[in-house]
Amino acid sequence: MIGMNGYQFYWSIVWDSLPLLLAGAWVTIQITILAFIVGTLIAMPMAVARQQGEGWAYRFSTWWVELSRNTPAVFQLYLFYFGLGAFHINIPSYAAVLIAVSFNNAGYMTEIFRGGLNAIPRQQLSASRSLGMTSPQSFIHVIFPQMFKVIFLAYVTQGIWGMLNTSLGMLVGLQELSGATQYAQSASFRTFEFFLVTALIYYLIAKGLQFSSQIAFRLIYRS
Amino acid sequence: MIRISNVQKAFGSAIVLKGIDLTVEKGELVCLIGASGSGKSTLLQCINGLEPIQGGEILVDGISVHDPKTDINKLRQKLGIVFQQYNAFPHLTALENVALAPRVVAKRSRAEARALAQKNLEHVGLGDKGDSLPSQLSGGQQQRLAIARALAMQPSYMLFDEVTSALDPELVGEVLETMRLLKSEGMTMVVVTHDINFARESADRVAFLCQGEVCEIGTAEEVIDHPRKEQTQKFLRREQRKPLEIVRSSVA
Amino acid sequence: MQFQFANQGLAWSDAYFLAQGLLNTVRLAAAATLVGTLAGIVLGWLRTVSVTVRIATAPIIDILRSVPMIIQLILANSLLSILGFGASPFWFGTVALGAWMSAVTAEVVRAGLLSVPVQYRKSARSLGMNGYQELLYISIPLAFRTALAPWIGLVLSLIKDSALAGVVGYIEYMRSTQILITRTHETWLLLMGAGLFYFLICYPVSRYSRHLERKVRV
Ligand SMILES: Nc1ncnc2c1ncn2[C@@H]1O[C@H](COP(=O)(O)OP(=O)(O)O)[C@@H](O)[C@H]1O
Ligand SMILES: [Mg+2]
Repeated sequence: MIGMNGYQFYWSIVWDSLPLLLAGAWVTIQITILAFIVGTLIAMPMAVARQQGEGWAYRFSTWWVELSRNTPAVFQLYLFYFGLGAFHINIPSYAAVLIAVSFNNAGYMTEIFRGGLNAIPRQQLSASRSLGMTSPQSFIHVIFPQMFKVIFLAYVTQGIWGMLNTSLGMLVGLQELSGATQYAQSASFRTFEFFLVTALIYYLIAKGLQFSSQIAFRLIYRS
Repeated sequence: MIRISNVQKAFGSAIVLKGIDLTVEKGELVCLIGASGSGKSTLLQCINGLEPIQGGEILVDGISVHDPKTDINKLRQKLGIVFQQYNAFPHLTALENVALAPRVVAKRSRAEARALAQKNLEHVGLGDKGDSLPSQLSGGQQQRLAIARALAMQPSYMLFDEVTSALDPELVGEVLETMRLLKSEGMTMVVVTHDINFARESADRVAFLCQGEVCEIGTAEEVIDHPRKEQTQKFLRREQRKPLEIVRSSVA
Repeated sequence: MQFQFANQGLAWSDAYFLAQGLLNTVRLAAAATLVGTLAGIVLGWLRTVSVTVRIATAPIIDILRSVPMIIQLILANSLLSILGFGASPFWFGTVALGAWMSAVTAEVVRAGLLSVPVQYRKSARSLGMNGYQELLYISIPLAFRTALAPWIGLVLSLIKDSALAGVVGYIEYMRSTQILITRTHETWLLLMGAGLFYFLICYPVSRYSRHLERKVRV
């Protein structure tokens, strides 16, 4: 082991690899946004099903929720990557990470949405139905817009967790930010310098997501 | 004796008490009345040092409350206080609520503290509720529990801050009854209240607070039935016109 | 086991290997929970009573929550090596997971302490309790009731994140599963085993935490 005094920090090599890291960051952002959208689209009907309390849709979404919340995200990724591989369905690591993070997002978001739906008075649904809207119309135009306002903070937090989960791509050879860093540092073994810069980039992405979502909230809800 | 002289108190730049003078003699019941926000609660909390003051002095049995050299925790054992709300510790049974301070503050043995607690619960008519949690008690019972808890420290003075204001009307009577009992036993009491009838029948003296000062002070007959100051007259007219419900919901 | 050839089927010795992985997961999760919770309670209390501590620690807590655990593990590993601690993978994992746990526990503790109505604290002080007695007999028990359910949620996250400790060479359950998959290609059997292992730990705990949450709310 080299002591602190013997270790020379060496940053220029990280600087040289910055384009590689930024390319990885771009993949991270892509998957984060896609998995956020996919997760949301799946979670909305599942939340409604979870509220029903019975029927096959309820049982299906309950299984999804419990599985995604009570197993490690890395297990979920291996399930899609190695698990499908065993059936000779070889999906690229990009798709595997996207599916796994979407799966995880959908499970957590379902519960967040369900909490939001519970906070909205029942009469809102009756009122919109009484105006002649169909049930899906009522949800899309009346219920969900109110729900998103209630759960906005938890929803964005989940989006950021999804972003953190994309780093698992490193374990299946995907060159998102973590994977790209792993690859870039392997020639020099300047692990600490490389991953410290990567940590900073993750932090900046997280803050960027948080900030832009706050702006989006102001614009959408005019508050 | 509680001697309050020229007490000044501000929250940041908001001046709440502008020089209060008030003396409470041994065995006396003094009612504080005044509009919401006039500083009644603040004054009570200054008396037992829960709030610091910016000027003046408060002496309790000759000991200065806000002198840094005073052992405030010891002095507070002389001063029981009951608030409007959130009085009973929700994680303790009624008996434990009362026994806690005798045990940890007065360093009595566990058995002694429990016996003392039981005695005080019985005193306020809760002898059979020792094992109940506050959530299982009515609001009136919770306030009586808070009184028993304060009494268990064997205080010389009791301070009450609108203790019936948060209660349903049918529960007010039992709490006032307990306060009358204390008075009949000779307890020295300072009572903040919006209940003009209680003030009239029980108070030895009534002090009307307005704009951070004691505007008018005297016997109940003087202050309530024949107020001399215009502000007092206006306040009392407004109080008496209010139906009971509004009085209860408007207190802060 | 290292001497077995690739592509062999599962052997009985592999059950022992998995059991060790299981034990390692439990060891790591327990150590990080203990270290992180104790540090988190102290940090949370300091952050509640001291503005200086609150301001000074805010960025650290923010960073620990905004950087993936996998990166934190790698950084803990390389930093401790640079500093000359010849630490084991177990300690890398404990430091990284424990640091995260202390940051998030501190927030839960702080929220719990702030949720105690000021009137209870004033009542306690009015009975002559000093600040520490009030903290010990009133604030801590009340804060505990609100903080327990969210804290259990954090322990669950920690157990799941411990599955990443393989990246610093710690052979916990997920890592041992992956090693066996590579060797035996018994992918589904081993994955199901891993899923079941984590599910059987996490599901009852999360059910209990939700039950507590409902109880506190009413
Ligand atoms: N902790 C505090 N911080 C800032 N202002 C306060 C605080 N407590 C009371 N005040 C202010 O002091 C004034 C007097 O309050 P209070 O003593 O509660 O009045 P009362 O009990 O007579 O209704 C009010 O204007 C109130 O807003
Ligand atoms: Mg008041």
